[in-house]
Amino acid sequence: MITLKDVTKRYGETLAVDRVSLEVPAGEVCVLIGPSGCGKTTTLRMINRLIEPTSGTIEIDGRDVMSVRPEELRRHIGYVIQSVGLFPHLTVAENVATVPKLLGWERRRYEPKVLELLEIVGLPPAEYAASYPRQLSGGQAQRVGVARALAADPPLLLMDEPFGAVDPLTRERLQGEFVRIQRELKKTVIFVTHDVDEAIKLADRIALMRAGVLEQYDTPEALLDHPASKFVHDFMGADRALKRLGRARVGDVMRTDVESTTDGTRAIPREACAGSRFVYLTDGDGVLEGWVDCRVFDAGTPAEEAGTWVDWREAAVHPETTLKDALSRMLGMGFRNVAVVDSAGRLVGEVSLADIEGAMAGGDSYVADPSEGDVPSERLDGGAPA
Amino acid sequence: MNIAPRMRPAVAALAAAVIFGVLVSQQDFWVTTLSALFPNAARPVYPAATVAELTLQHLRLVAISSGLTILVGIPLGIWVTRPSGADFREIVSGAVDFGQTFPPVAVLAIMMPILGFGLWPAVVALFLYGLFPVVSNTVAGLEAVPGTVVDAARGMGMGRARVLLRVELPLSARVIMAGVRTSVVVNVGTATVAAAVGAGGLGDPIIGGINVQNMAYVLQGATAAALLAVVADGLLAAAERLLTPRGLEA
Repeated sequence: MITLKDVTKRYGETLAVDRVSLEVPAGEVCVLIGPSGCGKTTTLRMINRLIEPTSGTIEIDGRDVMSVRPEELRRHIGYVIQSVGLFPHLTVAENVATVPKLLGWERRRYEPKVLELLEIVGLPPAEYAASYPRQLSGGQAQRVGVARALAADPPLLLMDEPFGAVDPLTRERLQGEFVRIQRELKKTVIFVTHDVDEAIKLADRIALMRAGVLEQYDTPEALLDHPASKFVHDFMGADRALKRLGRARVGDVMRTDVESTTDGTRAIPREACAGSRFVYLTDGDGVLEGWVDCRVFDAGTPAEEAGTWVDWREAAVHPETTLKDALSRMLGMGFRNVAVVDSAGRLVGEVSLADIEGAMAGGDSYVADPSEGDVPSERLDGGAPA
Repeated sequence: MNIAPRMRPAVAALAAAVIFGVLVSQQDFWVTTLSALFPNAARPVYPAATVAELTLQHLRLVAISSGLTILVGIPLGIWVTRPSGADFREIVSGAVDFGQTFPPVAVLAIMMPILGFGLWPAVVALFLYGLFPVVSNTVAGLEAVPGTVVDAARGMGMGRARVLLRVELPLSARVIMAGVRTSVVVNVGTATVAAAVGAGGLGDPIIGGINVQNMAYVLQGATAAALLAVVADGLLAAAERLLTPRGLEA
């Protein structure tokens, strides 16, 4: 557990961080968010003492960070930054092994860990361990950055806009992987971003800051539905119903009873359509290859042309994809359904526009009226959104 | 023969160094060549010392002065990029700049009354003259290390000394070595003026030749010094290549 008590950072006359107090329970993801210059990065960097607080205390599991030598403290806290900061003169494997080496681990202890982590972040060691950072794409470099931060198995991870510098598609993928990895490793994470959608997608709790002051610290649902101030309301944005979709994941609503055929031939027999209007096509390993909209047979399309063949990386979503991203994918492709595949591309289900609508209907009806100015923070209906 | 690309410049430079060594040790070669080029000269070859002796004196002079330049210049460049030395940065760069613009011959003239005749005034003059490229390249190399890489290193728990040794110096090695190379190669040429204060070296036949109007002597010293500079340049270029971390190779 991380505890900040009245943490203040003053630069001359300016208060960069003004008496911030918050608690992050172990295993939770706390997202620090706010406009530029709100003090979120300063707050993050005070936790591993890259910046020394002017006053206040920061405790990690009850121990004051000021009582530990900064280098020693940092070796037990994972650190990921937007610009990644990989060491260009070291290989990917050497980069990941940095902290274990600082801690004096022997090679036989850290080597398997390094390979395991590269596997976890989706960079097969056989292909990438001996590469140098300049040979990696932005997304791959950030995966190495995450693996490097996790190498010594620190219980706490500090991430400063880690996905801010990559293209939107890569960012979505990295966020999905972050959710998957976090579900597995259950680290305590402090995550800085200025992207509301990212915060909603990843946070257990959001700490919204403005001008050094903590405006509200609560669950994403609470910030969306019960903003403590007009600033919080405006910052979270008007499209709250859509944003709430960022909290639900495809895996929660997808249907797994989908029809698929592994016929193997490019000619689709009409009989494949016996049970359903829509049939997915997979290869022998269950990897999604395409689909058949059975109405094409009524239109007299020959069997060889009935199938739509796709690359699952582009035409499918994953169980950890948010409904918001799934919806935008559907709208982008112009379909009412989208296939769900696992990380290896194997078909596991599908999700439809109707499924997403169903999830939206579960939301509550509280509407903040911006004309009221500051809205009360207590819940009006007591019911948490679905 | 199969030689790794990184090693090729080193192999070529070592071969050139061996050829140069053989060439300067063959006094007969110089006698024959210079006699053929200057058939009218009574004494076409500098008589006071062999080319090999002059070259060794020259190498000693360059080794001592450049060695001092490197030993002082690199730490000085490091120091002014640290928080403790940042305030001195302008003073140091101004002084080093001045050291290069101030003519070495004038330094010799000033140092002679203090240090006397011989090796040491020459060493001081050459040391000061060579500092500029070493210090300025050390500063430039360290400043070119991305701040984010240093931030990541600090954030992972490296202390300042470790960040310098494991991250900053490896990443700036190529630029620092380029400064050393410039400094040493210039020094090989400039060291010929040291003969004016009796420090010996390949400047002896040049200055002696000018005094007695014997162009054969001048050519002898100048050719050997020029070849030595080319060999030194090749060796240091090879070292530069080998010190460049693999991850930074284009």
